[in-house]
Amino acid sequence: MDTVVTVEHLMKRYGELVAVDDVSFEVERGEIFGILGPNGSGKTTTVECLQGLRYPDGGEIRVLGHDPRHDATALRRRIGSQLQESALPERLKVGEALEFFSSISPDGPPWTSVMEQWGLADKRSSTFASLSGGQQQRLFVALALVNAPELVFLDEMTTGLDPSSRRVAWDLIRRIRDDGATVVLVTHFMDEAEQLCDRLAVIADRRVVALDTPQRLAAQHAPAPLVTFTVEHADAELGYLAQVSGVESVSRAGYSVEVSGRGALLANVAAALVAHGMAPVDLDVRRGSLEDAFFALVGTPRERV
Amino acid sequence: MGTAVRLSWLELKLFLREPLTVVFSLAMPLVVLFVLGGVFGNTPSAPGETFVYRGQGPMDYYIPAYFALVITSVSVISIPTHLAGSRERGVLRRFQASSISPAAIVGAEVAVAVILSLVSAILLTVAASLAYDFRGPDSYVGVAGSFLFLTLAFSSFGILLGAVLPTARAAQALGMLLWFVMLMLGGAGPPPEVMTGAMSAIRNLTPLWHGVRVMQDAWLGLDPGLSWVVMIALLVGCVTVAIRFFRWE
Repeated sequence: MDTVVTVEHLMKRYGELVAVDDVSFEVERGEIFGILGPNGSGKTTTVECLQGLRYPDGGEIRVLGHDPRHDATALRRRIGSQLQESALPERLKVGEALEFFSSISPDGPPWTSVMEQWGLADKRSSTFASLSGGQQQRLFVALALVNAPELVFLDEMTTGLDPSSRRVAWDLIRRIRDDGATVVLVTHFMDEAEQLCDRLAVIADRRVVALDTPQRLAAQHAPAPLVTFTVEHADAELGYLAQVSGVESVSRAGYSVEVSGRGALLANVAAALVAHGMAPVDLDVRRGSLEDAFFALVGTPRERV
Repeated sequence: MGTAVRLSWLELKLFLREPLTVVFSLAMPLVVLFVLGGVFGNTPSAPGETFVYRGQGPMDYYIPAYFALVITSVSVISIPTHLAGSRERGVLRRFQASSISPAAIVGAEVAVAVILSLVSAILLTVAASLAYDFRGPDSYVGVAGSFLFLTLAFSSFGILLGAVLPTARAAQALGMLLWFVMLMLGGAGPPPEVMTGAMSAIRNLTPLWHGVRVMQDAWLGLDPGLSWVVMIALLVGCVTVAIRFFRWE
């Protein structure tokens, strides 16, 4: 496999504040690599260092063979950037913006086709200030693609998009990858990371706490699966469930019952219930998701506040 | 180079889409022209009278002075407000991410300043010639050269303000303040000879005063004075400091 990004022990301080402390990972060519983490965990600072927009205080970075510290101009011609905080002049029109930024890199695709792909054709003569948040976001992604980049950085690109626009954006991001580019995606949305990313680095407290495919992260770090059902009588006898193979705990709250454990939990619990003459219609199992894994890794929201 | 030219064209279009800024830079000098022209006419002070306007007719004095004034209004108000605002809103970050050089960004600002100052000066000359009888330039080449040089010197001052001031609001407030102080004291408003000692002392510190002298010397065919040196120092000083303090965000 061809490595396009190498980060080793990256460190970045703003004055006294350490924004990134010892972050290391590699991105392979042709993958969608996700960086997932809570706000303030150092995701944005990390990708800004990779794009040569910030000067790291420590560690080694190589991006497409360039050191962004010394080679930022050459590097930026080969990458596409959608920044979390940026803007265009308020009265600049969509068409003018795309035409101008595509003129910087004449090798890119025709800007009109990028405009159509990202659903901006009918906004061609609208000013930047008149666009909705979602439209502005799509324009920034389009601007990141007008130079036919080998590597695209997208920093919270679906923030501000409505649910259907997000789905469209996800399809387009997969298409960027399928057309041969590598994508580094910064996000704090679990569903987005799960759906889109081939591999994922979870960053918390300014360092990488886990790095794997979303599926393996969920399998390894999520808590045990949970079988849930409701009983007809609050005082129904359920003591036998504790003896079922794999069951680790049974908890009841009124009519609701939660059974957690390992192995073929759902099948074993169902068999025991049926054997005791019970057949709850809402018997269900909740397997550990990426979200559960994420909170297991970075702490629950309550702990962090 | 191509990028700088395309950016200049964009910036010019953007400027024209801001009606208030256009009105201010183009109409304000005309207002000053007709008010002061209406008050003072164009008769040079007779021997024995108080010596004003360097011994010239008021309009002969004011037309080149206004050339310096229009350059100042574009350079000291429009440029800093636009540049600081672009940084404040994140426009410069977007440019940085596409490897647009600071030279192209600054070059576009200067190009727009040159074009606007030129349009404003032509408008002013046409309007003035409809109402008043005044002397033409002693040397067209000298006037054109001085005009271009002053635009570069004053835009470098504007770029410096835009580089140092944090927000569009701050830049606009300080720009307006400087513009009015310079209008009142810098030789393009009340005649310099009637000012008190303190006013003259401040006047000598304003870039506009030296810009006015440079422009008048070229227009009226007077011997170039020390003001040229001051303007060159302004250009070199501002460029040096602006390069040092330019920030993308």
